[in-house]
Amino acid sequence: MSIFLDENSKVIVQGLTGSEGMKHATKMMASGTNIVGGVNARKAGTTVEISGTDVPVYGAVEEAMKETGANVSVLFVPPKFAKDAAVEAIDAGIGLAVVITEGIPVHDSAWFWAHACANGNRTRIIGPNCPGIISPGKSNAGIIPANITGPGKMGLVSKSGTLTYQMMYELREIGFSTAIGIGGDPIIGTTHIDALEAFEADPETEAIVMIGEIGGDAEERAADYVKANVTKPVVGYVAGFTAPEGKTMGHAGAIVSGSAGTAQAKKEALEAAGVKVGKTPTETADLARSLVSRG
Amino acid sequence: MDLYEYQAKDLFAAHGVPVLPGRTVDTASEAERAAQEIGTAVVVKAQVKTGGRGKAGGVKLAQTPAEAKEKAEAILGLDIKGHIVHRVLVTEASDIAQEYYFSFLLDRSNRTFLAMCSAEGGMEIEELAVERPEALARVPIDPIAGVDRAKADEIVKQGNIPAEVADEAAQVIVKLWDTFVGEDATLVEVNPLVRDPQDRVVALDGKVTLDENADFRHESHTELVDERSQNPLEAKAKEKGLNYVKLEGGQVGIIGNGAGLVMSTLDVVAYAGEQYGGMKPANFLDIGGGASAEVMAAGLDVILGDDDVKSVFVNVFGGITACDAVANGIVEALKILGDNATKQLVVRLDGNNVDEGRRILAEANHPLVTVVDTMDDAAAKAAELAAGA
Repeated sequence: MSIFLDENSKVIVQGLTGSEGMKHATKMMASGTNIVGGVNARKAGTTVEISGTDVPVYGAVEEAMKETGANVSVLFVPPKFAKDAAVEAIDAGIGLAVVITEGIPVHDSAWFWAHACANGNRTRIIGPNCPGIISPGKSNAGIIPANITGPGKMGLVSKSGTLTYQMMYELREIGFSTAIGIGGDPIIGTTHIDALEAFEADPETEAIVMIGEIGGDAEERAADYVKANVTKPVVGYVAGFTAPEGKTMGHAGAIVSGSAGTAQAKKEALEAAGVKVGKTPTETADLARSLVSRG
Repeated sequence: MDLYEYQAKDLFAAHGVPVLPGRTVDTASEAERAAQEIGTAVVVKAQVKTGGRGKAGGVKLAQTPAEAKEKAEAILGLDIKGHIVHRVLVTEASDIAQEYYFSFLLDRSNRTFLAMCSAEGGMEIEELAVERPEALARVPIDPIAGVDRAKADEIVKQGNIPAEVADEAAQVIVKLWDTFVGEDATLVEVNPLVRDPQDRVVALDGKVTLDENADFRHESHTELVDERSQNPLEAKAKEKGLNYVKLEGGQVGIIGNGAGLVMSTLDVVAYAGEQYGGMKPANFLDIGGGASAEVMAAGLDVILGDDDVKSVFVNVFGGITACDAVANGIVEALKILGDNATKQLVVRLDGNNVDEGRRILAEANHPLVTVVDTMDDAAAKAAELAAGA
């Protein structure tokens, strides 16, 4: 098992014919992802060759789903067009839409999230501004490098892309059931809590690492959730202790206003919920290692 | 991007929100002329991107143009919470019957927008929110439905705005929503929103934060950037397209890839720095996934130009980028910089093609470069070098 993505996932790529789309579709396919098509209204009916395989391009997500049985879409659509692309995926009712695109206006994200909710949340959204999701050895939807580590019993959920990679690397000898980068934007689809809930229910996952960063109150809410609902061991890491108030650090979401959302407040909330919090990524990995069974 | 009050009010006016006439000036004598032209008593207001101006002495009433000059002299150059006043707004003094509070903002927790409204606006709004939260209405806004007249009426009612001005207040709220959506703002705040003796409703102040991700559909927003308030190193980095934030009081320059990893690097350096007399990170610099030689050189150039920096920590995890490309980037960058590279560099590489990356750096054998295998040890080395420099 794994969460949200497995060996039966059939993946389409919105924005496949663009340079980012092609580059990462090639990597995804090389890591075993079953890529069944691409979507581009202007290139419908054509095919693109990825590593010797001809991948058909469809005019719309709905058509691609009908023709291929696709249940996952990965979006590499530029920010200007991302809202429409996400709405198209939601309207088609695809099970999972992974929005990699960085730099989407927050009014657009708010709009398509509201649209997904109004449609009864048939489509799980991961991102935007995220590295995506990988269930090593099964499928990889996004840009997480598949060669860092293999399948195993850790579950990982993180706001940050490179910290996801760093943590997978630190724990490479254990491996992961699934690792998800949920993105650092102010409005995201899948949250820490969604991932914690799914990892708790996943028999393959033995322990969970959650990585947060300054801004918002997602980590505090996750801490409450862990206390009430999670029986598996959880370790945490929070980045941004030295970030000054009121300055944005790259992620639109990583901004602190006042005392709410500080790294210290998040760390304290997690510790109060029984989550061990590491001071550095390496220390966090050591804590995680001590919580899983050997062999 | 946070706007100044006068910029916020310009946007308000463009969307039909009532504001008082005013001029923005840089000198006391211009303030005097502005007061003369306005022809009534005026208020001289410091233009800084922070709250609490009134309490800090940054807002003064002036009955005459001479007095406006005097007040402007006192306000220009003031330091309000670390923001130096370079500019004041001279605006018509208004007769205030009542002060209300109003804002639209992004509600991250609920992944939607929120309207906040209170009949008890003014300087004590933060205390009000804590002590009597029931006096501050919080109304969720569906991003798709937006705020029409009916929604505005609901907000006015929940905020307990008096019936005599309810109609006018609702009209203003619809226009503030137009501003919020039309300008891609993440915050539109009016405190106070005032009722004058003639029962007109006017935005006496304005705070607006714009979403820079939406700049592609707002060409005019780039003109709102005030270079004077920018740190010169930040301005230089911006010119080179780098994601850089200067941190005061630090000694260790930081370069990394990915916002989360760089933030983590700052923390790890500060943590390691405790062992070396309190060395701290001097900046945030995320060179992104690419990490080419040019970007690395541009980044090093900015950081080495910072006199506060005593050592530099380059912390890269090769995920999408391979470490050998990053190593080549560092070697090339040092060649490009030549004699301008004068500070010790600690480099930690991990991930994709790490062995090849470390081999390239070992072969180059640059006298300024020390390669350390782990992030924690590298942070300690960088702090040690900064303390010794």
